[in-house]
Amino acid sequence: MQASERHRRYWRDNLRMTGVLLAIWFLATFGVSWFARDLQTLTVLGFPFPFFMAAQGALLIYLLLVGFYAWRMGKLDEEYGVGEGD
Amino acid sequence: MAGQSQFSSQLKRYYSLYTGGVIGFVVLLSILEQMGVPNQTLGYIFLGVTVAMYAGIGILSKTSDVSEYYVAGRRIPALFNGMATAADWMSAASFIGLAGTLYITGYDGLAFVMGWTGGYCLVALFLAPYLRKFGQYTVPDFLGARYGGDGPRMIGVFAAILCSFTYVIAQIYGLGLIVSRFTGLDFGVGVFVGLGSILFCSFLGGMRAVTWTQVSQYVILIVAYMIPVIWLSVKHTGNPVPQIAYGYVLQQVTAREQVLNDANTPDGAREAEVRGILKQRQTETETRLGALEAGGEAYLTAERARLEARLSALRKQQAAEAEVDLAARELHAFPRDVAAAHNAWRAEVEADRLKSAPIAAHAEPYAGPDEATRDNKRKNFLALVFCLMVGTAALPHILMRFYTTTSVKEARLSVFWSLLFISLLYLTAPALAVLAKYDVYTLLVGSSFSELPSWVSAWEAVDKALMNVSDINKDGIVQLAEVTIGGDLIVLATPEIAGLPYVVTALVAAGGLAAALSTADGLMLTIANALSHDVYYKMINPKAPTGRRLAISKGLLLLVAVCAAYVTSLKPGDILFMVGAAFSLAGSAFFPALVLGIFWKRANKSGAIVGMVSGLSVCMIYMYITYPFFGVNAPLWWDINPISAGIFGIPVGFAGVILGSVLSRPPTAKVQALVDYVRYPNMAGDEGRGAF
Repeated sequence: MQASERHRRYWRDNLRMTGVLLAIWFLATFGVSWFARDLQTLTVLGFPFPFFMAAQGALLIYLLLVGFYAWRMGKLDEEYGVGEGD
Repeated sequence: MAGQSQFSSQLKRYYSLYTGGVIGFVVLLSILEQMGVPNQTLGYIFLGVTVAMYAGIGILSKTSDVSEYYVAGRRIPALFNGMATAADWMSAASFIGLAGTLYITGYDGLAFVMGWTGGYCLVALFLAPYLRKFGQYTVPDFLGARYGGDGPRMIGVFAAILCSFTYVIAQIYGLGLIVSRFTGLDFGVGVFVGLGSILFCSFLGGMRAVTWTQVSQYVILIVAYMIPVIWLSVKHTGNPVPQIAYGYVLQQVTAREQVLNDANTPDGAREAEVRGILKQRQTETETRLGALEAGGEAYLTAERARLEARLSALRKQQAAEAEVDLAARELHAFPRDVAAAHNAWRAEVEADRLKSAPIAAHAEPYAGPDEATRDNKRKNFLALVFCLMVGTAALPHILMRFYTTTSVKEARLSVFWSLLFISLLYLTAPALAVLAKYDVYTLLVGSSFSELPSWVSAWEAVDKALMNVSDINKDGIVQLAEVTIGGDLIVLATPEIAGLPYVVTALVAAGGLAAALSTADGLMLTIANALSHDVYYKMINPKAPTGRRLAISKGLLLLVAVCAAYVTSLKPGDILFMVGAAFSLAGSAFFPALVLGIFWKRANKSGAIVGMVSGLSVCMIYMYITYPFFGVNAPLWWDINPISAGIFGIPVGFAGVILGSVLSRPPTAKVQALVDYVRYPNMAGDEGRGAF
C-alpha cells in the first residue's frame, strides 16, 4: 500500500515534533551539564541549579516530554485518520 | 475493547489486593519480631515467602501458546507494562549500588541517574511505537525483516546475547550476595537458590509469567526502597517527602563539609590531625613498597620475622591484652607472598591517599584541583550519560517489552508509565545519598567511640570493607577521616541508620532480591528467545511445529541459566563496569541500525551489516585495549574511560550504516512498504498483512 499525501503530512508533523522534543532533551541533559560549573551559583528550591537539574529537573522534563509525545501523537493519529480505532 | 478494559480493571483489583497483602505481611512479621523471633529466622521467612510467591505466579501463568510465551499475548495494559518494564529495568545495581555511588561521588554520580532515565526519551521517540506496529517477537526479528537475509539477524542475535549475558552475570552476582548475606548461605548456594526461582518464573510461562512476576516484584522493590528513606527524611527534616526535603539537608551537608575542611575550626583541626597521620602512614607504606620491589622475598621474610619477634616480646612482657591482640592480628594479616604484599600495600596506599585528601563537596560538579582534571571529568560525565542513554534505547530485553502492549498508542503511553515508575526510585536515590551523608557527618562524626550507634558495630561485624571506624588519632572521638563506608552499605543499612526494626531491613533485602530477579528474568528470556526463535525457528527449521519451538526455547533457558551461574561463580570483574559495558555494547550494535531502519528508507542490508559490525567492533576493541582487566593497558583515546566505549562505537555505527547503504543498491519496494507499515499506526490496506 502506498502512503498518500495525507500520510506524508502526518509523517512530517511527527518528524517536526520529534525534532523539537529531541532538542529539549539535548539541552536539558547536555547543555546544562556542560555549563554545570558556571551555573553553580544559581539556586532552585535550596539546591544548586546543576545538582537540581541532574537529580530531579532533567527527570521531570523527560517525563513531560514522553507524556506530551504520547498525548500529542494520539491526537495526530486522529487528525490524520491513521489511528488504530477502538 | 470492552474485554480489555475489564481485564485491566480486574488486574488493578488483583494488584491492589496484592499490595495490601504485602503490607499486611510486613506488619505480621513485625509483630513476630516484637514477640522475639530471631532476626535470622525473619530473614529466611521474608526471602522464602517472596521467592515462593514469584514461583507461584510463574506456575499460574504457564502457557503453551506461542504468542503468550513470547509476547504475553500482546494484551498487557500500558500501566502494567510500565511497571513490568520498570522492574525489568531496575537491577541490583540501581537498587543497591546507585545510592552508594552517589554517596561516594556526589554530583558526578548523577550521570547514572540522568543516563538511566533520559534514555526513555529515545525509546519513546524513536523505537517503542514503531516496534509495536511491526509486531513480531524479538529485536533481531525487526533487523531480519527490515534488512532482509540472515546476516543482519545473525549479527543481531550475537549482539543481543553478548550484552544480555554480560548484564545477567552482574545480576546473578548481586543475587548471590544478597542471599548469602541475609540467610548466611554460601555465595555459590545463594546463586543457585536465586537462579532456581528465576527459572520457575520464566520456564513455564515465558513472557507472560515474567510480566506478571515483574509487576509484583516492582511493588515490593519500590515499597522496600521508599519506607526507610521516608523515615530518614522525617527524622532529619520533619518532611515525609524526601525528594523535596533534601535541598535543605544538602545545604547543611555543604556547610558541614566546609567546617570539616577548615583547619581553623575545632572539628576541622581534628580532621587535619587525622589526615596528617594518614598521610604519614601512606608515605610509610610507599617506603615499604619500594623496599619490597628492591628486596623481594628476602625483605618480606625479614619483615614477618620482625613482627613475630615483636609479638613474642609483647607476650613475654605480659603487655596489655589489646596491644598483644593488635600485634597478633597484624601478623595474621601479613601477606603470604610478594605478589599479595604488592597488591595489599598498593591498595592501602590508595585508600590512605583518598582518606587523607580534603572532602570533595557533594554538590560540586567535576571537582578537581586544576582545570585539566575538571575538564576531563566533565568530558567523561557527558560521555557516560550519552552511552547510558543510547544503550537504554537499545537493550533488547527492554525493547522486547513494547511488543506486549495492545496497540501503538498503548506502547507510547507505556513508555510514559515506565519512566514514571522508574523515576520514583531514581528521584529518591540522590535524596537517600544526601540524607545518609547528613546522618554520618552530623551524628556519627563527633560522637564518642565508647557510644557508637549500634548499626556501625553491626555492619562492622558483617564486613570491614562496608563499614569500619578506627580511632586513628586516639582522641576517643570519631572523625570523618576515620570512617570507611562501602557504597553498598548505604541502601542496606538505611533502615538501621533510621532506627527502624529489623523487619524493614529484611524488606530491603527482599527488595534488592526482587530487583535482581526481575532483571535476570527478562535477560535470560531474551537470550533463550534469540536462540530458539531467531536461530532455530527463523534460520534452521522454519517448519518446526509450535510444541517443538517452545520445548527448545525452554531447554535453552535451562542451558543459559546453568552457563550464567557457572560464569558468575568464577566471580569475574567489577559489577558496575559490566553493567556499563552492556550499555555501550548494545548502543553501538543496535541503535544506529534500528533507528535508521525506521527513519531512513534508503538504509539497506549492506549498510546494516557494515554499521553493526563496525560499531560493535570499535566498542569491543576499545574496551579490550583499555580496561585493565584484559591487561593490554593501551593509552586512552581523548581520555575517555573504557566504560564509555560507546561514544566511539555509536557514531561509527551510524557512519557505517549510512556509507554502506549509499554505496550499494536501495532496498526493494517491499522493504520500503514495510517502513511505511511501521511508521503509521494504521494505513488503508494494513488488514491482512500483519506479518512480514
